Amino acid sequence: MAEISAPTHRSPARWLVVAIPYIWLVLFFAAPFFIILKISLSDTAIAMPPYTPVFQGFGDIGSFFGGLDLDNYSFLAEDPLYLDAYLSSLRIAFISTLLLLLIGYPMALAMARAPSTIRPTLMMLVILPFWTSFLIRVYAWIGILKPEGLLTLLLQTLHILGPDDQVQIYRTDWAVFIGIVYSYLPFMVLPLYAALEKMDGTLLEAASDLGCPPWKAFWRITFPLSLPGVIAGSMICFIPITGEFVIPDLLGGASTLMIGKTLWTEFFGNRDWPLASAVAVLLLLALVVPIVIFQNQQRKVT
Amino acid sequence: MARSLGPVKRKFSPWTEPHAVPFIRFENITKRYGDFVAVDNLSLDIYEREFFSLLGPSGCGKTTLMRMLAGFEAPTEGRILLQGRDLANTPPYKRPTNMMFQSYALFPHMTVEKNIAFGLEQDGLPKGEISARVDEMLKLVKLEAFAKRKPAQLSGGQRQRVALARSLAKRPKVLLLDEPLGALDRKLREETQFELMDIQHTLGLTFLIVTHDQEEAMTVSDRIAVMDKGVVMQVATPAEIYEAPNTRYVAEFIGDINILECAVVANTGEVLQPGHPPVVRLDSQGVSIAVEQECAAAAGTSVAFAIRPEKVRISLNQPADVHINAVHGEVWDIGYLGDFSVFLVKLVDGRVVRAAQANVLRLVDRPITFGDIVWLTWPLDAGLVLTR
Repeated sequence: MAEISAPTHRSPARWLVVAIPYIWLVLFFAAPFFIILKISLSDTAIAMPPYTPVFQGFGDIGSFFGGLDLDNYSFLAEDPLYLDAYLSSLRIAFISTLLLLLIGYPMALAMARAPSTIRPTLMMLVILPFWTSFLIRVYAWIGILKPEGLLTLLLQTLHILGPDDQVQIYRTDWAVFIGIVYSYLPFMVLPLYAALEKMDGTLLEAASDLGCPPWKAFWRITFPLSLPGVIAGSMICFIPITGEFVIPDLLGGASTLMIGKTLWTEFFGNRDWPLASAVAVLLLLALVVPIVIFQNQQRKVT
Repeated sequence: MARSLGPVKRKFSPWTEPHAVPFIRFENITKRYGDFVAVDNLSLDIYEREFFSLLGPSGCGKTTLMRMLAGFEAPTEGRILLQGRDLANTPPYKRPTNMMFQSYALFPHMTVEKNIAFGLEQDGLPKGEISARVDEMLKLVKLEAFAKRKPAQLSGGQRQRVALARSLAKRPKVLLLDEPLGALDRKLREETQFELMDIQHTLGLTFLIVTHDQEEAMTVSDRIAVMDKGVVMQVATPAEIYEAPNTRYVAEFIGDINILECAVVANTGEVLQPGHPPVVRLDSQGVSIAVEQECAAAAGTSVAFAIRPEKVRISLNQPADVHINAVHGEVWDIGYLGDFSVFLVKLVDGRVVRAAQANVLRLVDRPITFGDIVWLTWPLDAGLVLTR
């Protein structure tokens, strides 16, 4: 111990370590967000980039700000398509999250109650699908669900369906739910497992000892104590599902209305960048509410 | 510290009455985990209103036995009877026993009040009755001011009280206590031990306590079962266990004791003092020992002579009779415990015998000190012959 270094909180290295996440957020979140926000306030133009005004330097700053307006937002408010898409997205995300909870909770509970020797294997099985690309796995569902797909074949082989009948799931909301539940299940199971696994088993013995039968003990002890996991899992699933684009695009039908798809159409189909940006900004605002709830919950837990 | 005393305790010994019916009966209980035998063909009777301790080192099967009574484990063989009724097909939530867990197992998401009310709610008692009972329990454990707190906001001692209140709230026929005071510091533990005894006495419940702490078992129990490797070694009152242990294991587990290997010289029924038991004469590497004890050990067999340190007299003066129950040696070490001083005396042959002397006078310098040659003597009825 030659010397004890001076208080480290002023050293540049320490400053850098603290700054990195902030730099990251500024560069890859705040800056893009403000660009999108600016585009959402612009007007479409047949030009490159396809909107006006374009920032031309500080000399022209007056007319630059003069060119910004809320026209896109009022248009979104006027056309019911967008509100419908938002509501439909929230509905699909809500139902999917509920399904994920119903399927994920028993899985997580079974994992947490499994002998500790096989828990790592079960965990591995939950994570295993991540080894294949998400897109490929969704495509695989097309192969299963399409009218002449594997599911039809299986049901025909088992004589549940007649030789001329076909499963009509592909390109419906059902296919979207199946795809979403399949893809997001690990994100639901893992936080639930984490919450259930650390629960003290003697609490259930105590409940039983005090006259509480097991099914009742689940609702009075296990479930309340796993609430942080339930909320974490639900938020981690609900938020990205609301903005989900790939799954409804690949598995959903023409009637499946989701804001992510609408956004994509505005951006690439109609090349209306300002309107698409306005949709994106509103989507973000709509999700801020559950994110704040989530963070509040996390703060309470820690 | 001032402690309010409960009613005067009376002598209580239903196990000596020939017609007393045991309240809890363990009948030839065996519990195996794979090849490991946790409890081995164990039978035990516990009487109503008894404060009964299962005492033994960790892994001796005492906790398993208690968990079988609570219903968390099923015996591999044998029966457990409560008031004559076999408990085998009764799930834990229907048994009239309540347990205070070693970890307390308080529900972290409920307030103290809710924790205590939990068992009562399961019985579907009316709200008013529940809150009255909760208040009564809070008063009993002196936690009235903490009713609305969560367990995480309490100290260890307070949590222990909540756990006790919760397990008592349903007025169980039998209260099971699993190392209840293990996590408390010494002072608090002693206080709580007396409180437990008062509560047990006041409520008239049967208490079964599992502990590895022999002092705790001695203080609180009516009877103690000393266990080792799944077997009960001795069941007796604390005084009997201490003064008349039936094996070396029990003698060494409870308190401090000197054990001298001996050969039986004569066991002829010779009576030295009228009205006393006959004398067994022993020889321990040249030290002649006589013990007044009814004992079946034949001459020539090896036995152990056991004597508690406080029953060995230590003196600088040579006793009148140096030929029997007397030995001299050098003070090798002294342990000053405040109330007692323990002298480690090294005999000529190298063996060490401990003698304890009560420090009845306020002296900083004691007359006997390191290196002194001292005489150790003991009366005929102070020691014990152990054949096992």
